[in-house]
Amino acid sequence: MSRYALRVASLAAALGLWQLLTGLKVDLWLRFSQFPTVVEVARAFAGRLSGGDYWTDLTDSVTRILAGFLLAAVLGVATGVLVARSRLAEDLLGPLLEVVRPIPAVALVPVAILLFPSNEQGIVFITCTAAFFPVLVSTRHAVRALTPVWEEAVRTMGGGRWRILGSVVLPGALPGIFGGLSVGIGVSWICVISAEMISGQYGVGYRTWQAYTVVDYPGVFVGMVTIGVLGWVTSTAVELLGRRLTRWLPRTTSYSAADRVPRVRATAPAPVESSSEAMQEVPDDQLV
Amino acid sequence: MTSSSDVRTPSRPGTGLTLRGATLGRPGAPALEGVDLDVAPGEILTVVGPSGCGKSTLLRTLAGLLPTQAGSVEQDGRRINGPAADRALVFQEDALLPWRTLRANVELPLAVKGVPRGERRAQAEAWLDRVGLAERARHLPHRVSGGQRQRAQLARALAAAPRVVLMDEPFGALDAQTRAGMQDLLVEVLHGTGATVVFVTHDVDEALYLGDRVALLGTGRLLSVRGVPRPRDRTAHDDPARRVLRRDVLTSLGS
Repeated sequence: MSRYALRVASLAAALGLWQLLTGLKVDLWLRFSQFPTVVEVARAFAGRLSGGDYWTDLTDSVTRILAGFLLAAVLGVATGVLVARSRLAEDLLGPLLEVVRPIPAVALVPVAILLFPSNEQGIVFITCTAAFFPVLVSTRHAVRALTPVWEEAVRTMGGGRWRILGSVVLPGALPGIFGGLSVGIGVSWICVISAEMISGQYGVGYRTWQAYTVVDYPGVFVGMVTIGVLGWVTSTAVELLGRRLTRWLPRTTSYSAADRVPRVRATAPAPVESSSEAMQEVPDDQLV
Repeated sequence: MTSSSDVRTPSRPGTGLTLRGATLGRPGAPALEGVDLDVAPGEILTVVGPSGCGKSTLLRTLAGLLPTQAGSVEQDGRRINGPAADRALVFQEDALLPWRTLRANVELPLAVKGVPRGERRAQAEAWLDRVGLAERARHLPHRVSGGQRQRAQLARALAAAPRVVLMDEPFGALDAQTRAGMQDLLVEVLHGTGATVVFVTHDVDEALYLGDRVALLGTGRLLSVRGVPRPRDRTAHDDPARRVLRRDVLTSLGS
């Protein structure tokens, strides 16, 4: 509980500092005199919340990012597994992927405009491309790093290609894949906002840029806060899903254990630290 | 042909394995050359040799994970071209899938075989019970001890009723006491399966206790195959014939 208090205090302190600097109009090299205060931003925020536009923008942005990110997750995992498992796929796709990978997704805006009939699809395309590469790369690494004996075990059970994919490759690579997904959702936000600023109609990025062009600085900050909160919520969702799906990992560190013990204990054995695990082993071995 | 039939009444006929003039290993790096070996149906053949002599290579070849470089490897006269469900392999290292509970690990070969879910579960639980892990069925592998993991691996290997069980130093990482218990457990659970067993070990006493016959591997070749008097009899270590054999084995491994 005290950890939550600490987190809230950290946010509150940052807001307090902001209010202090802008309220006093501090101008020491960094100039806070033109900066909107926390109170002004909060007032603008309240105003936006009561209007319908805000929610339209929000659902537009969230729809775009979910579509792009989910597409990227599926394509990235599929391509990553393919490239890691098949030499032919590696030779065919590898060079192409390596050439496209360094291009920032935002630089693909002209391509998106040329290719897609609507802006909407273009933004999803850019978001998807941004998240695709982190997912691809981490999947490829995770699949290559799988313990060979797992696959051999399933092969000697008579398991074929699909059984190995479903029972060994995907579950075994999952911790690595989620690493890529976490990075991917972050870059997705960067790209969806940038794409909306450049070519969007509606959406949080578009609205933020609009506010800037009409010199509505509190409005700009409303947009930024919205992006921050949405980004935090989505990456936490990915993180939680990842932790849930990779609960089998032996490395349950003590602090994450402390978080989860009360909820988990009823259904699954509580995570144990290595020292107590060693103690648990001894009597059982002697029963063999 | 073997003395195992009095120990284990085969419910299903075992199967014979044959190597003819076989060169085993990876291309360009043969581990064993000119191997001629017959493993009789239903027998326990133990394989001893110094480390690095190609014991694991022999086992992986029999499993079908490694093709022969020359010669042939056959099961009941049919060439082995790849892994198959009727030749189970128990690994030296921990080969349980860490994201599956012990029960789910034992269920896996049954799932591959196409056994319906409910039956799978019942069979897996029965096997875990036989190896004394009934209470650990829902634990993840990293939550149980090394000995328990090897017992779960044994249950997993036997669950799908294979006709051959290939074991690669399965008790190598266990302490002496656990090891003796595991040997007894192995003899007990094999009873009635009729499976042919090839058991690789570097421990001469283990090889002589478990094996109907013991195959001696030297560097790069199969030295000899010797019949073991009174296998799986703890009191037999004083048997004069057994002591002679033990000395012979140690001498040939030492040279």
